[in-house]
Amino acid sequence: MATTIMDALFQRTLEDLIKQSRLNLIPEPTFLSRSLDEIRKELRATDLQTKSIALRKLCYLSSLYHVDMSWASFHCIECMSSSSFAIKRIGYVSASQSFDEGTPVLLLATHQLRKDMMSSSVFDSGLALGCFSLMANGDLAKDLCNEVFALLGSSKVLVRKRAIGVTVRLFEKYPDAVRVCFKRLVESLESSDSEVLSGAVSVFCELARKDPASYLPLAPEFYKVLVGSRNNWVLIKILKVFARLVSLEPRLAKRVVEPVCEVMRRTGAKSLVFECVRMVLSSLSEFESAVRLALEKVREFLQDDDPNLKYLGLHALSIAAEKHLWAVLENKEVVTKSLSSEDVNIKREALRLVMAMVSEDNIVEISQVLLNYALKSDPEFCNEILGSILSTCSRNLYEIVIDFDWYVSLLGEMATVFHCQKGEEIEKQLVDIGMRVKDARPELVRIARGLLIDPALLGNLSLHRILSAAAWVSGEYLEFSKSPFELVEALLQPRTDMLPPSIRAIYLQSVFKVLIFVASSNFMERDLNSVSFHQSSAIPGETSKGESIINLLNLVESSVTPLLGSPDVEVLERARNVVGLVELIRNEMSIQEQNEELGFLKLVNLLNDAVSEDLGPVSWNAPDRVSLPDGLILRDNLKELDAVLGGIELPSSSPFSVGVGSLFGEKTDATSSDSRVIEDLEVTNESNESTSLLSEHRRRHGLYYLPSEKSTNGAYDYPPANDPKSEEAGTSGDADDLVKLATQSFVSKKRPSNAKLRPVVVKLDEVDAVPVEQKRAESNDNLLSDAIREILSAGEAARGIAGANTFPPEESKENSRPIKSSSRKGKHRSHHRKEKDSSHSGKQERDREGNSRSRRHGDGRRTRERAGDSASVMAVATIVPDFLLE
Amino acid sequence: MIHFVLLISRQGKVRLTKWYSPYSQKERTKVIRELSGEILTRGPKLCNFVEWRGFKVVYRRYASLYFCMCIDQDDNELEVLEIIHHFVEILDRYFGSVCELDLIFNFHKAYFILDEILLAGELQESSKKAVARLIAGQDALVETAKEEASSISNMIAQATK
Repeated sequence: MATTIMDALFQRTLEDLIKQSRLNLIPEPTFLSRSLDEIRKELRATDLQTKSIALRKLCYLSSLYHVDMSWASFHCIECMSSSSFAIKRIGYVSASQSFDEGTPVLLLATHQLRKDMMSSSVFDSGLALGCFSLMANGDLAKDLCNEVFALLGSSKVLVRKRAIGVTVRLFEKYPDAVRVCFKRLVESLESSDSEVLSGAVSVFCELARKDPASYLPLAPEFYKVLVGSRNNWVLIKILKVFARLVSLEPRLAKRVVEPVCEVMRRTGAKSLVFECVRMVLSSLSEFESAVRLALEKVREFLQDDDPNLKYLGLHALSIAAEKHLWAVLENKEVVTKSLSSEDVNIKREALRLVMAMVSEDNIVEISQVLLNYALKSDPEFCNEILGSILSTCSRNLYEIVIDFDWYVSLLGEMATVFHCQKGEEIEKQLVDIGMRVKDARPELVRIARGLLIDPALLGNLSLHRILSAAAWVSGEYLEFSKSPFELVEALLQPRTDMLPPSIRAIYLQSVFKVLIFVASSNFMERDLNSVSFHQSSAIPGETSKGESIINLLNLVESSVTPLLGSPDVEVLERARNVVGLVELIRNEMSIQEQNEELGFLKLVNLLNDAVSEDLGPVSWNAPDRVSLPDGLILRDNLKELDAVLGGIELPSSSPFSVGVGSLFGEKTDATSSDSRVIEDLEVTNESNESTSLLSEHRRRHGLYYLPSEKSTNGAYDYPPANDPKSEEAGTSGDADDLVKLATQSFVSKKRPSNAKLRPVVVKLDEVDAVPVEQKRAESNDNLLSDAIREILSAGEAARGIAGANTFPPEESKENSRPIKSSSRKGKHRSHHRKEKDSSHSGKQERDREGNSRSRRHGDGRRTRERAGDSASVMAVATIVPDFLLE
Repeated sequence: MIHFVLLISRQGKVRLTKWYSPYSQKERTKVIRELSGEILTRGPKLCNFVEWRGFKVVYRRYASLYFCMCIDQDDNELEVLEIIHHFVEILDRYFGSVCELDLIFNFHKAYFILDEILLAGELQESSKKAVARLIAGQDALVETAKEEASSISNMIAQATK
């Protein structure tokens, strides 16, 4: 016992602790552990006073030094239960700092919270409610629901106000509480006390954020607050509520627009003005006069020197940009000036607006200006600019790009911007444009050459992706290349060592393609009997000289041979291909002096054939388009196949056990050029066994194969992966799309001055319909909105039964239909006409509404809607009372 | 709604934290580190809003202290600035021209005051006078209790219990 007193007398107070910590006499970790030891000891004392001081110290350490204090949760509860307010208060503050939903001792706190909530002292119940709002979990909310309900009816404003504030948390954790508390909450909307009203509106604002539809029936109450209140805090919140409701029920807008404009004109508070502006621009954008008024205010904001207002003004403009682009254009000057603001937020917002102003007429100028600006700005913002140019230009399959040569060179220019981190996106677009826009290919190859030749670019890590695209493009569209020799040199330059293996592999693959191309055109020129292939005229005459070919072969051999020891399989495999091909050509050239052997020519032609097919873009849902044939049963478990396949021995030597997969893939995109290698090998490899296996498979499951044209030679009787014809079938009429697109682009061409026609961009019809999984609302939210709908409709149904006699039933039935789509509007208008008399009287009543209580009137309205229809509770929940809808 | 309130000194020391949305201790530390890094480095003539993880943080500097509040994207920034100012004014009245030291040595009182102003992340009392009255009432209650507790007779009674 004596020790307790001594402890109490000589205990270090919080002040001592703070002073010591500020003196910095001992290092922080030591100080913390020492203090914690001391606190631990003190907390064990039986005296609550000692305990509370220790707890206060712990709380201090926890909030400033992030010391864990969950171990002291029981002590918090002990202090909470003290009869002394000072100790109780410390207990509550520590609890609200350290407890969360999962705190195990929360169960013990339930009783204490209940007791304090119902305490006669305002302070006690205030503490308990505040604490409850922070740490309530499902059980606690359930247990204390009735107490909160009781306090909602308290005569003390202070208590009632707090109880209202707590309901958000209560409903969230225990949706059934709605049934108990909702009515009182709604009644608070009519309270004469502005604090109570403010609390209630805040609660509804928060609730309506999650599920606005449930609160539509309360529109008349909200409306009264909107026109009646002069409190800015309340008005801001109620505007938020209406912004959400109006987007669900467009007819509400007509009612609300005038009061909102009135508030906007009347008030001097910038926060309220901004709220009005935001609401008008986002939800009431079809009301011309309101929008003009709002934009006037926005202009004031923009001209203000306060960066906050400027930022908010720009933000408001970006809301308006979607529907009223002219508003942005009117303020063009301010927007572009803001681009050079020193505030990142303002710059970002301005950038968004500039991008919103982009159209096909000005895209070239704007992009150029932005790019120049990007060169001068800091790395982060520079990339933001690049990112937004990229995303804007590529939007909707390069919708606004007319001149692709320009765009491609812009991409090239971006690649050379020093801070550029957008390699991946640029890579994607380079390849994509190559596949989609035929006319852009020559320029693309030219740009790619420029990128590949520059050895400096290889040192920049973030550019590697772009280089890989450049390598691929120049290999793929070789026919546009001015000098394949130069290209090979660029692709094999020593600094390519710095590339990661996957990109190196693409480089090698391009070399492979160049070799085939050169060989085939070379031999073709020699052999006049050869069948005419693609336009190989792009090759300059000098390449025909045997000497330069030999040089080329030497160069390739000497630079690729070291790669045969590469640890990366991709690189290794491709290097082998290349070296193998070089040897083949060498042998052949020596034999060919006699000009007899045609076998090699054939082979080269085949190879050339294989790589010169055009790759097309792939639709997202291409695989889905293959319809399920009759009689085919798809099983999830493929284990049974083992029994079938067990007997078949796949030739292990031939690599196309994998290759089959590429056939199913139908069309390959840029990255899967490996499948083409496999294909190439298939051609060279004369493994009849496997081809017959494949053809057998094809015969049996022909449906999964693409329909092929008649095979031109006997070496293989399945279509190449990128057969244009098969593409047509696979994507349900690509050609049709092209035609449609071409005609469209002609039709939409309104500017004859534009001499350059926009090249055709290959589009797949549903290419943009990327399947998006809709996020499902959390179950608790569902429960909550269900409960609220139920309570609103049940309450009204009850009232409806009482008032049902006064109104003709058929009217009410019509009225109670859920109104959602505008197609129903007409019907409703006629209905309103029918109801003219009653609504007329309603109007008169409304006019007098000012200070007289018109609640009953609203009830009557809802009564009418409700009567005779209490069964379909959910369906009717979204009705807004008529008087708001006329 | 306001998700949390932070008071950070110019040196990056935390002076007060209040969390209205659930954050684990680990997250709290991370949030504070992240935000103090971002806010303290901002120049004086920039706007008072920071976009952060899909939220907005509204901050305002008073002398050596940064008052920060985190709100939802569609909340009203100017309103929150006013709430911050409201809080500061009340602190100022209570402490009589408040300074950082006041908040350090009376950190629990800052909490009491904040609890009167905000509840469940919403403004709870917009009248400065009312808050002052409430806090004074609570203080009086505590004072009388303290006097009782520290009287000699009380101590003797407790010791011989």
